[in-house]
Amino acid sequence: MAYASEIYFSLTPLLAVLVSPAAAILILLSSQKPNLRETWTVLAAVGKFALVISMVAPVLAGQYPAITLFDIAPGISLALKADPLGVSFALSASLLWILTSFYSIGYMRTLKEHSQTRYFASFAICLSATMGIAFAANLLTFLIFYEVLTIATYPLVIHKESAAAISAGRKYLAFLLTSGVALLLAVALTQMNAGTLEFSPGGFLSPSLGQATLLGIFILFLVGVGAKSGLMPFHSWLPSAMVAPSPVSALLHAVAVVKAGVFGFARVVGYVFGPGLTADIGAATLVGVLAGATIIIASLLAMAQDNLKRRLAYSTIGHLSYIILGTVLLAPAAWLGGLFHITTHAAMKITLFFCAGAIYAKTGRENISEMDGIGKQMPLTMAAFIVGALGLAGVPPVGGFLSKWFLAEGAVVSGHPVLLGVLLLSGILNAGYFFPVVVRAYFRPSKHFVRFDEASPAMLIPLLLTAAFAVLLGIYPDGIFRFYSLTAAAAFSVVARGAP
Amino acid sequence: MSALATHYIYYMTAGLLVIGLYGMIGKKNLLKKLIGMNIFQTAIFLFFIYGAVKPGTTVPVLDIRIGMDAAAYINPLPHVLILTAIVVSVATTGVALALLISIYRRYGSLEESTILERMKQSS
Amino acid sequence: MSHLPVLIPVTLLLSAFLIPLAGSIKRDFAFAIALVGAALAFAFTLAGLFTVITQGEIRYHLGGWAPPIGIEYVLDALSGFMATVVTLIGLVVLIYSRRSVLHEVAPRVVPLYALAMLLLAGLVGIIVTGDLFNFFVFLEISSISAYALMAIGDDRAPVAAFRYLILGSIAGSFYVLGVGFLYFSTGSLNMADVAQRLPELYQSRAVAAAAIFIFIALGLKMALFPLHLWLPDVYTYAPSAVTALIAPIMTKVAAYALIRMLLTVFQPAYLRDLLPLTSVIGWLAACGILYGSIMAIAQSDLRRMLAYSSISQIGYIGIGIGLANPLGIIGALLHILNHAFMKACLFLVAGNIRWRTGQWEIRRFAGLGRTMPWTMAGFSVAALSMVGIPPAAGFFSKWYLLLGSIDAGNWFFVAVILASSLLTAVYFFRVLEQVYATHTNEESAPMKASDPPLSMLLPTLFLGAGLLILGLFNSAIVTYILNSVAQPLQRPGS
Repeated sequence: MAYASEIYFSLTPLLAVLVSPAAAILILLSSQKPNLRETWTVLAAVGKFALVISMVAPVLAGQYPAITLFDIAPGISLALKADPLGVSFALSASLLWILTSFYSIGYMRTLKEHSQTRYFASFAICLSATMGIAFAANLLTFLIFYEVLTIATYPLVIHKESAAAISAGRKYLAFLLTSGVALLLAVALTQMNAGTLEFSPGGFLSPSLGQATLLGIFILFLVGVGAKSGLMPFHSWLPSAMVAPSPVSALLHAVAVVKAGVFGFARVVGYVFGPGLTADIGAATLVGVLAGATIIIASLLAMAQDNLKRRLAYSTIGHLSYIILGTVLLAPAAWLGGLFHITTHAAMKITLFFCAGAIYAKTGRENISEMDGIGKQMPLTMAAFIVGALGLAGVPPVGGFLSKWFLAEGAVVSGHPVLLGVLLLSGILNAGYFFPVVVRAYFRPSKHFVRFDEASPAMLIPLLLTAAFAVLLGIYPDGIFRFYSLTAAAAFSVVARGAP
Repeated sequence: MSALATHYIYYMTAGLLVIGLYGMIGKKNLLKKLIGMNIFQTAIFLFFIYGAVKPGTTVPVLDIRIGMDAAAYINPLPHVLILTAIVVSVATTGVALALLISIYRRYGSLEESTILERMKQSS
Repeated sequence: MSHLPVLIPVTLLLSAFLIPLAGSIKRDFAFAIALVGAALAFAFTLAGLFTVITQGEIRYHLGGWAPPIGIEYVLDALSGFMATVVTLIGLVVLIYSRRSVLHEVAPRVVPLYALAMLLLAGLVGIIVTGDLFNFFVFLEISSISAYALMAIGDDRAPVAAFRYLILGSIAGSFYVLGVGFLYFSTGSLNMADVAQRLPELYQSRAVAAAAIFIFIALGLKMALFPLHLWLPDVYTYAPSAVTALIAPIMTKVAAYALIRMLLTVFQPAYLRDLLPLTSVIGWLAACGILYGSIMAIAQSDLRRMLAYSSISQIGYIGIGIGLANPLGIIGALLHILNHAFMKACLFLVAGNIRWRTGQWEIRRFAGLGRTMPWTMAGFSVAALSMVGIPPAAGFFSKWYLLLGSIDAGNWFFVAVILASSLLTAVYFFRVLEQVYATHTNEESAPMKASDPPLSMLLPTLFLGAGLLILGLFNSAIVTYILNSVAQPLQRPGS
């Protein structure tokens, strides 16, 4: 493969970012007409996906659409560039937004939730920020969208307006704003030391800055993006934020927000420091230990949760660290596995959250101990749940197997067999915390769940589709939308240049 | 030291400044604060006026016997400045007195402690 | 020769004269004249700023007397920028003020507008004058009108105004004293002339005394910690429109004056390198940032919270001055502009809430997000900007200050700037939580509240939208205006 790439001027990345704020304005204006309001959401989601997918072919051909708007600070421009890494992230987020939109409509209407206008408007802004993060061509642009995402998610976290929601909101802000401050300092230090903030595959920081400075900056970056990506010890906001409505947990806390964190981490390691420099300054070891510990501890904590969404949240924390781990191993396969896991984990985890939401909307139950025999009432939902759970445990043919396979290969190739052990152990633990749910759902008798009664089609169809998508990613990874090629192109462009 | 001794007026000015400052900050009666402020400002006026003095010179009005020699007259500029500053000071005092009248009407006192007490009572 | 520098204060002074005359015929004339005066002044400033950018600075000799004997008015990039901020905010707040003033202090409309114009004239005068004593005259014009303006208000206002009067007079007197020392050392009152003669006298103790007196005076006026004691009461008890006029610009003009003294009169070589007063200011300001933020968290009254937040935000400007490097001064000046917009917006919101509900207490704000959606949207943008969330303007001033602190290697300033973002988030999100996420309870303000009339709402939203625009296009301001201002601070060799 050739990695020579050129950029060409294109409005498409900008439009992909701007579609949803435009929709947010329309949503706010049509707050009195729910059907019109939801039409805007769906139109924006489809439009955004169409824009992103139109960039896939040129990007794979080495032609990156890019647009430089204006200087946001002297010498630093507000610039968007669609490279393979960004497009693959944007593609999965925008694809899943379409499904989430339908699901949200079903969920919010089933539960007759309040403040739906605010909800859909915030959601649209979140997606816009996610696109901005995906396409940001430099660190300052990235930082701007990153902070916008933090703020736009806040109304969704406190949506219930209960005491628990407000305290979850405070915790969320405490963690995310603090980490935002660390990120700001990291970006400022990078600007003062390197004189540029432009992302470049293989990194742009020079070893001549000295190990201490570089490690300091790296740790600030790690705190900055680590909180969003649920890396321990900055993870505890995520389980609390599960008080938000399920579609929020599904899209934002499994796909957009937390993935923006790991995506940011991949940008920092791959495009600011470069994997080689990351390893040389000792940061890779640090991150490896943190991520490995996070994987194991989060899986253990997941087992202790009775609330289904909290269990899923801890599972998410663990899986995010798979991706982080992948980016610090000096092997193309590890990068490939890690980046591919952004997409596969998104598909699988969103399925599981959709299932949890469907169960809650239909039966009002959130705790696993209350779900005995639910397989009888909601067999399709639970089937989708099993697909997601198997995938996360790494069972073929679901997509999760492939990403884990590449990660394992990367761990071996880069000479860290101990991490192979971590991955295998985590697979077993994953099975350990999903298995009881399935057993209870199918093999325990129940008085309540006797006849077939699924959630509304608006919720059921999206969750079946995401489950199918997860399987498809495992069987035919490059089939639809070329996720595999995109991640491979990103992984090789980073590691091929960054290797010592 | 002798040079300083000839400038005894600076010590007096400094003394006045301190008295005025004490009045403004140390006194609890608002009217006394205002008087302190006036003393403080007067001290500054004196400082300027003295700065204009040159020994052996005369008032800055053209004198045919002396002629156009500027060095033979007192520097007139500080006087002009201080005239302006006095106007400013009068205006400030006027506003301050108006405020004091309005405070006295509302609280029936100009003692800071009494005013604070009555403020608490009313709120 | 262009008359623009002198036209700006003269227009405002003239309208201050006309308002009582016309207002005695019909009360509504007062507002009309004030509006026309402020709009004209803004137009002149804008024209002046444009001329400065395209053709360089404008120097106007009052009465045709050439300096150093005559008084000179100077419109350069720095004063043009600052005058634009002051006249723009003044104009926006005046547009807003009409209904609010009629609602709160109807019998005193005419004197209020006359004083407001006098205040603006004084502030603009401070900005454009190139003469040290003329500066004092304008300082006192603005101060005296501010004392009187602040005294219009509730029962406690005169007491707060009197306290400020005493402190303000100390400041004014110290300033004259400082100018006296400068005059007797250099024999001149023209800023440019003094600047030329000073370098030979840098060792003189009289010059050091002058610098110290002038800096204490301006520090008091700027409410620089620990000289801030007068500020919270004054902001809290004055009428909403008055606070909205005074809070965003008055302390900023004092900060401008400090920058002017640093850049033009004493020059960096003296104040930064020989007698490092700037770093004293920086450290005091850093303490003030923390003090103001923590005090703001403790307040239950919205206006008092905003007042303490002002003390904290002034600290950012102080840090920029304290750094005395190009990035620091750019950050300080940008923050003067941004904070003027933010504070004006926030105080207008406070006025809107007062107009509809009669409340200031934050705990009574539950549900206002639904009943006053536009007002609260303005508040949210301003609050996020205060916290420093990009792309709102507040982020970018912090960005330059942060870069400046890193450049200077001052990690304490770095820590303070970052920590105060979080502290600011604490007190603003407390309000946002109450407004948007708390169910109304028996303490809440009446639910029939709605957005205020357009004449009040539009200025609020204009400032809110302005924050986003200033944020996105800050680089144009920096490139075309502030870079040239900060040039003299460039250390040789760097």
